[in-house]
Amino acid sequence: MMNKLIFGRYIPGDSFIHKMDPRAKLLASFYFIAIIFLANNWATFAIFGAFTLGAIAASKINLRFFIRGIRPLLWLILFTVALQMLFTQGGAVYFQWWIFSVTEYGVTNGLFIFCRFVLIIFMSTLLTLTTPPLALSDAIEYLLRPFKVVKLPVHEISLMLSIALRFVPTLMDETEKIMNAQRARGVDFGEGNLVQKMKAVIPLLIPLFVSSFNRAEDLATAMEARGYQGGEGRTKYRILHWQKGDTAVMLIFAVLTAVLIFVRS
Amino acid sequence: MEPIIELKNICFNYQPEDASPALNDVSFSIERGEWIAIIGHNGSGKSTLAKTINGLLLPASGSISVGGKQLDEENVWDIRRMVGMVFQNPDNQFVGSTVEDDVAFGLENQGVPRDEMVKRVYDALEKVRMDSFADREPARLSGGQKQRVAIAGVVALRPDIIILDEATSMLDPEGREEVIATIRKIKAESNLTVISITHDIDEAANANRILVMKQGQLIDEGTPEKIFSAGTDLIGMGLDLPFPEKLKIALEERGMTVPKEYLTEESMVEWLWTSVLNK
Repeated sequence: MMNKLIFGRYIPGDSFIHKMDPRAKLLASFYFIAIIFLANNWATFAIFGAFTLGAIAASKINLRFFIRGIRPLLWLILFTVALQMLFTQGGAVYFQWWIFSVTEYGVTNGLFIFCRFVLIIFMSTLLTLTTPPLALSDAIEYLLRPFKVVKLPVHEISLMLSIALRFVPTLMDETEKIMNAQRARGVDFGEGNLVQKMKAVIPLLIPLFVSSFNRAEDLATAMEARGYQGGEGRTKYRILHWQKGDTAVMLIFAVLTAVLIFVRS
Repeated sequence: MEPIIELKNICFNYQPEDASPALNDVSFSIERGEWIAIIGHNGSGKSTLAKTINGLLLPASGSISVGGKQLDEENVWDIRRMVGMVFQNPDNQFVGSTVEDDVAFGLENQGVPRDEMVKRVYDALEKVRMDSFADREPARLSGGQKQRVAIAGVVALRPDIIILDEATSMLDPEGREEVIATIRKIKAESNLTVISITHDIDEAANANRILVMKQGQLIDEGTPEKIFSAGTDLIGMGLDLPFPEKLKIALEERGMTVPKEYLTEESMVEWLWTSVLNK
């Protein structure tokens, strides 16, 4: 069930996109999602499409991964598109029944929304496929830094994030182990009706919960024994390098924005 | 020479109302450069003892001094710099997301500048032969490898004392041997003091001195030869018999007279071939 999820996975590589500063990638992805709402005609969507495909090509990752990334969200997309198509009024009417009507505006609006969804998913998949989770958490820490002014515990958030990321595979393994151990003792996971299914989760959840507490305590002891006293006076082992390429990408985004404002209707 | 660790009349209780304390009037001292093994049953207070040495637990009474400093609330962090600890579960003490991050964690805490940090991280990883794994994630390492990374994390801090709190108990024999060999090498290079808490007989046999704990008390101490000469009483102390002892018992059962004192494997071989040839 877990390995089907492509969203949030990382595929190692050495393309230009892989080597970009995670901060630049994170900023660029957010910016991309913001400016996609500038697009309101076919020309602008074509520009966005070409841009996204170009970025995907630059990452040297197979397009298949991106298409698989859409799959879990497919129903949401289709639902939204259908709603737009059936309820938007205006332009030539192709079909009408009761309160539903398929109109010219509705169809174009639906298609625009479809494109928007796909492009946003492509871009965010590109971000997570090319950036190791650790680099992402570094980037988030850096970008959150200004919020220290409003007393946001940035160091604690980033430490929490990186410990959480580091324990994801460990806890997944453990879940699997507990599941098998309970199966060996006769627990049926995923059988019966909804209530039974939910009840079957309890012998999985409680041991996992308890062992997480034990882990937390061990980890806290180990951290203290190694001299962890909070964020004050710490140095950092990992540093991020902002390179010329990152600035170039930012410039490309600026040009893209200008072109879009010019082309949009 | 002044002892590097000195404990005087340590008592400790997890719950004040407990009838039998976890530690009861424990006193001993350790010289610089010694390898000490602490053995005893489960629940005999070994791990509690280890945690009091670097101030993770504060004793109810008694005094502890490490490297000439009296342990109290103020200098507990200075003492933690002198004492490196490796714990039992290799997964639960791995803080960093990759091997090098984990080794760097302690250095980051001490505010070591980055250039120095990179050098010390790679130096430490080389010592435990994990330098080719620097960018690996913990999920992709074996138990022994993770434990070696934990040791590297301690070595990078250049402590005077390393405490192994059952650091090999969750490893297979191969991983265990690897970890012990690594520690031994590092000890020889930098005149470390090693305190190893263990159930493992080979690990205890490597020590200069063995301390035996029972129900929160120190009941015996001495060289491995002295402790192991207790023979079958060792099982009562929570230790397995060393292989020469087992062989001696088996020979005795078959009607051979064997020497009373403890024999190492080499001296056992020596004794065997002389006694067979002299027949």
